[in-house]
Amino acid sequence: MRSELTESTLAVKDACFREVVAAGEPFMKEIKKGQMLRILDLEGNQAVDTLFYSARDPQERYDANNTIHEQGNIYLTTGTILRSNESRPMLTIIADTCGRHDTLGGACSAESNTVRYALEKRHMHSCRDSFLMALSEWDNGMDKRDLSSNINFFMNVPVTPEGGLTFEDGISEAGRYVEMRADMDVIVLISNCPQLNNPCNAYNPTPVEVLVWES
Amino acid sequence: MNDTAAATFDTSQVLWEERVPGGAHWSGLLRRGNTLRVTDSEGGANVSMLFYNYEDKLERYNMADTLKGQHTAYLTKGNVCYSDMGRVLCSISEDTCGWHDTIGGVSNAGLVRRKYGQACYQEYRNEFYRNGFDSLVNELGKFGLGKRDLVANLNLFSKVSVDNDGNMQFREGNSRAGDLIDLRFEMNTLVVLSTCQHPLDKAPKYAPMAIDLTAWRSGTAGPDDPCRNSCAENQRAFTNTERMFA
Repeated sequence: MRSELTESTLAVKDACFREVVAAGEPFMKEIKKGQMLRILDLEGNQAVDTLFYSARDPQERYDANNTIHEQGNIYLTTGTILRSNESRPMLTIIADTCGRHDTLGGACSAESNTVRYALEKRHMHSCRDSFLMALSEWDNGMDKRDLSSNINFFMNVPVTPEGGLTFEDGISEAGRYVEMRADMDVIVLISNCPQLNNPCNAYNPTPVEVLVWES
Repeated sequence: MNDTAAATFDTSQVLWEERVPGGAHWSGLLRRGNTLRVTDSEGGANVSMLFYNYEDKLERYNMADTLKGQHTAYLTKGNVCYSDMGRVLCSISEDTCGWHDTIGGVSNAGLVRRKYGQACYQEYRNEFYRNGFDSLVNELGKFGLGKRDLVANLNLFSKVSVDNDGNMQFREGNSRAGDLIDLRFEMNTLVVLSTCQHPLDKAPKYAPMAIDLTAWRSGTAGPDDPCRNSCAENQRAFTNTERMFA
């Protein structure tokens, strides 16, 4: 782990928005420039698959590769600037009591479940199903083409110096959170991961809470 | 070039050959059962590459599925490239280089200007400085695709290792003149590529290197194929692929 844990200075009572997102549910909301967005792991070890789009032009979106090659490190934590495909800052992580977050592990899907676990796992619920439902309801023309490499908040996907990559037990606990300041007007798209076949959720998907503060 | 002699093939099966200069972009159709040999002609090349199902371009290379299915952060011989639909777009049937990057992404106009300065077409003609992002968007546009479709890409011949704290290190000298990789296509695939430098390339000069492309009729992966059998995940992905062509 490279970071020290950084606590927020914001009080929960001052939040202008609070919503609990159950496991297996999507969440989509516009966050204005300057607002602070917190994702709170209510019960611990929960993976929160997350994408960001520019609210002005959703063709500009979170880009995992730009984010990691600009900071020269594959893990996201306090100080990380979440960059777009145009390499512009979208949000900055300003507090993190978990320590590091993944952006290489992607989102689970019916099809990837057939490959990773068994052909019969196709019919289990998945993040990409949640993403597609949320985009369909948002109804601004976004679709599967807009599902690019996401962030997995609280998820632990270590890469070794030899190039190994594994999904490991989470390093988060109940009450840990990550907080970001929006550097442009963004749309946040979350799938609170329903995966039951690997330790990313400790085999027990649980709710998270989304909180927003005014600038 | 590494000591391992690259598998040879019957030259009567060659379909076409083409040289792509450094800093250029290219796209083309590779049909199921054909192999594309990409050769680092002079050493130190980088090929930013993406794959799309030619018949349904919504199906495309998926970095995360490729990595987690095979428990690896890089690609070499024996690996395959998964689509987002759980199928094998292509398999790596030969590789003398040993490490192809999957996490570094592409350069962009700002990064190239910052690292190498500016060189416009008006002054430099076809020696002008290009970048990976604009190059790939350019090729994607020829097929009705665009920025939305530019997902996390491969960087052939480049190596980025990661230490225990997550720090990324670009490894110079990963690929030498003559190193090559064979991509055997298991689906009809649109291949889009740029030969611009890797975004983490430490070289102070804009000096992208040329590659050679050779396509030939190889056939698809057989039942005993090492790529198919390197892990149970690949076996299932081949099953998904073969069901589509059944």
